[in-house]
Amino acid sequence: MAQTRKEMLVDPLVDNNPITLQVLGICSALAVTSSLQVAMVMAIAVTTVTAFSSMFISMLRNHIPGSIRIIVQMVIIASLVIMVDQVLKAYAFEISKTLSVFVGLIITNCIVMGRAEAFAMKNPPIDSFIDGIGNGAGYGLILLLVGFVRELFGAGSLFGITILPTVNNGGWYVPNGMLLLPPSAFFIIGLFIWAFRTWKPKQVEEREYKIQTVEAH
Amino acid sequence: MEGLLSLAVKAVFVENLALSFFLGMCTFIAVSKKIGTAIGLGISVMIVQAITVPANNLLLTKLLAPGALAWAGVENVDLTFLGLISYIGVIAALVQILEMVLDKYFPPLYNALGVFLPLITVNCAILGGSLFMVERDYNFAESMTYGVSSGFGWALAITAMAGVREKLKYSDIPDGLQGLGITFITAGLMAMAFMSFSGVKL
Repeated sequence: MAQTRKEMLVDPLVDNNPITLQVLGICSALAVTSSLQVAMVMAIAVTTVTAFSSMFISMLRNHIPGSIRIIVQMVIIASLVIMVDQVLKAYAFEISKTLSVFVGLIITNCIVMGRAEAFAMKNPPIDSFIDGIGNGAGYGLILLLVGFVRELFGAGSLFGITILPTVNNGGWYVPNGMLLLPPSAFFIIGLFIWAFRTWKPKQVEEREYKIQTVEAH
Repeated sequence: MEGLLSLAVKAVFVENLALSFFLGMCTFIAVSKKIGTAIGLGISVMIVQAITVPANNLLLTKLLAPGALAWAGVENVDLTFLGLISYIGVIAALVQILEMVLDKYFPPLYNALGVFLPLITVNCAILGGSLFMVERDYNFAESMTYGVSSGFGWALAITAMAGVREKLKYSDIPDGLQGLGITFITAGLMAMAFMSFSGVKL
């Protein structure tokens, strides 16, 4: 095996992050990040689903006929998501209301399908489980970073606890309301990608058109 | 009728699936490099959305909702917890059927859309549309309108995005921001532009 298990777990965090590099699972990443608590629940939910679906699919991988594998994967993933959804409804009803349709959308989250297809179909169950946790954590990392920025500067609090007292409540901090609106998530992720790629220059995409300097005559 | 019209306008502009709910983002970012392919995908999403949302609405009201099985003689059954798995099943099956029908009767259209159809099964915009329909308790006519117009809104957004990106590739962007980074920031600016529609009251 080319990768050790530790590499499998750590690699998707920065070097091969599902959101910033593989462009997977952005759909739900943005909408649920306006507060840190919700982002955290979402990150845990996605990690759980990814890890267990990878494990189960990997267990069944030698019995799934190639032509209907997508449907089989879908059924496994959907069943796990239903379980997560029911657990959230039972124990964290408020958060489940805020997440609304996005829990259901974990089914079509490309990370889950992508790891099932790319990794779990070819590797043994335990490795797939670890790979699922790694990728879920990579996704969660971005989610938490974005949630942190949005909640701290948009509402002056973290996990609902006031850190920067806002002007409305007699403090000094003027909150940036735009950070609570959807478009800001795009900007923040864009900037994170910029930061990641400046740190790890080999992730930079090649240009289609290069600017050429013309020699002066 | 007026209610349906305002629902349609709301679904296209104010509550645009791509730009205010971030649904279908993976394909939105991945397939928006050329206008031609973006339009193809946009049209396929619209067709599939227009079929699956009403279909899932029927499924919900006739089979899954509490007491919906009364016609079969069983009254106190609530199957809503099976919702997610049935919606995705309906979507996967309908996409497959649509693919076969197009292949048989409209080969030119099939050749144009062919590659995108399987992708649509895992497009969050489709499942998202159905889930919003459930959450907001749309009736059959409303879900029909919502399906068509939300699909149209998504198509509009991806086409506009592709138009911007075609110009963008000639511009001088810092290395780290090149590609994905600038695409996100562009999408953010577009989302802000679409937000100005939210002041429109109907």
